[in-house]
Amino acid sequence: MAAPALLLFGLFGLVPLIGVAALSVARWDGLGSISWAGLTNWTSVLTDSATWQSLWLTVKVMVVSWLVQTPIALALGLFQAPRGRLRALFAVLFFLPLLLSAVAIGLTWQALLDPSFGIGATPGLHWLAKPLLGSPELALYTVIFVIAWQFVPFHALLYQAGIRQIPTALYEAAALDGAGPVTRFLHITLPQLKYTLVTSSTLMLVGSLTYFDLIFVLSGGTGGPGTATRVLPLSMYITGFQAHDMGRASAVATLLVVFGLGLSLLTTRLSGFTRMDSQQEGM
Amino acid sequence: MSTTVTKTRTPATEGRTVPSHRAPAPGPVRKNPVPGILRRALTGGAALSWTAIVVVPIYWLVVTSLRSKSDFTSDSPLALPSHPTLDSYRTVLDGDFTTYLLNSVVVTAGTVVIAVAVALMAAFSIVRNAGSRFSRVSFRVFLLGLAIPLQAVIIPVYLLIIRMHLYDSLLAIVLPSAAFALPITVMILVSFLRDVPRSLFEAMIVDGAGDWRMLWSLAAPLARPALMTVAVYDGLQVWNGFLFPLILTQSGNKAVLPLALTLFKGQFGIDVPATMAAVVLSTLPMLALFILARRQLVAGLTAGFSK
Repeated sequence: MAAPALLLFGLFGLVPLIGVAALSVARWDGLGSISWAGLTNWTSVLTDSATWQSLWLTVKVMVVSWLVQTPIALALGLFQAPRGRLRALFAVLFFLPLLLSAVAIGLTWQALLDPSFGIGATPGLHWLAKPLLGSPELALYTVIFVIAWQFVPFHALLYQAGIRQIPTALYEAAALDGAGPVTRFLHITLPQLKYTLVTSSTLMLVGSLTYFDLIFVLSGGTGGPGTATRVLPLSMYITGFQAHDMGRASAVATLLVVFGLGLSLLTTRLSGFTRMDSQQEGM
Repeated sequence: MSTTVTKTRTPATEGRTVPSHRAPAPGPVRKNPVPGILRRALTGGAALSWTAIVVVPIYWLVVTSLRSKSDFTSDSPLALPSHPTLDSYRTVLDGDFTTYLLNSVVVTAGTVVIAVAVALMAAFSIVRNAGSRFSRVSFRVFLLGLAIPLQAVIIPVYLLIIRMHLYDSLLAIVLPSAAFALPITVMILVSFLRDVPRSLFEAMIVDGAGDWRMLWSLAAPLARPALMTVAVYDGLQVWNGFLFPLILTQSGNKAVLPLALTLFKGQFGIDVPATMAAVVLSTLPMLALFILARRQLVAGLTAGFSK
């Protein structure tokens, strides 16, 4: 009975995983026939400084996103965790970005950040009337901010769920020992959230490799201005579906696969995390 | 500054924070009131600022969609519309919006039905044959599937869809979307079905029931809450999906809503209120889903990752 699921997933998930590596040594314009290309795609991709710039942007988006989103999500998770009607209301508001598609978010922010008619035209907010998406220096950070706007609610939910699972007994024992709130946070909350932190960070880091929809819309499909926001997935799309060089795009995609799998292995290893770990050590 | 935040927040939270055994964060407030206030000021302050960051764009989106084209350039962006109007909505609905809406409904429903049905069968078989090697391997495959990024395999998927003569059809979106919904759907259903007592299955076997009967008359009804959760979660993902429609369809009459929004943008150009009205309209069904099935939605978002 597992057969239909395995077939469907095998066809569109596993076969393409091998296919992308195979296409990376092929020549194909997306329409005509496919021919052998040897390693030419790879040599051209790896010697092109644009690839390295894309890779650098991807890493930058990944690291800065993590640094921005993690503290905010943790703080919001801490705030949402205790039950209460007011907190529930906040939780509903925080949830709203999760309902919007990346395209809807992209179009809204693009119009909202328009230097002439956007939020910068509000009295008192003129300091926002800058080409936030139009200037090569600011665009990437603006994109990172909008990404955070889209994804922080999800990670806050993860932290909220994690915090709610911490046994109260730990806090009671710590209080008896005279531990202050900072000590309790550092020695109970944070260590108990290890699993959540690893999960959330892995999803954030690996997920950030694949930010495509939002950047596509915010930059009008170009990864611009110039190449200021052209992260790897956009570079792949532009090479493959706009410049019709599927072989070269597949090489970029293979880089993405390798990078992604390596990263998820690394985050789980580095944190010494395995699913078997007891979450309640010391109980 | 922190005191103002606390003062406004304390009366509201104080009385309502239920001292539930699952809500440890408040700590022993009586013994240690000052740090409690500090903690609340910090998280409360973060919550208030983030609320503003979340709410302002959404408020702006809604009020802008209610402005006339001329008011859009003259009104202050965050003010209420000076002449509220539904003209922008009329503009959008007079276009091909209903076609796109229908496409989105067909794609979402098709994907959810296929993904959930197929995943339930797989999860049932994995749980029922938990000892077998095939079952373990299948489980591993879906686990690996969680880590495969869509973007990275889109070119071979595009090639497959062309070779299957499905390019530029709604089925071209449905099949890969269902396939990529499978890993998480199977995971959630497996973890749910694992908790079904073995004795229930064994009783049915004694009654002479085969796998299919056990699936339809025992596993499926028991797993209903989990099925709802995955259906709602998958539905949200597919409804908002952009990459598959962008790559695998081409004609305007095959466009689903997210893709159509980018078309609207080109079509309406500087008519920002119309674009915003389209954004609002495309989100309404998900808002309705959120209102009707908030619990399932939240459960779906966290089920796969926290536990």
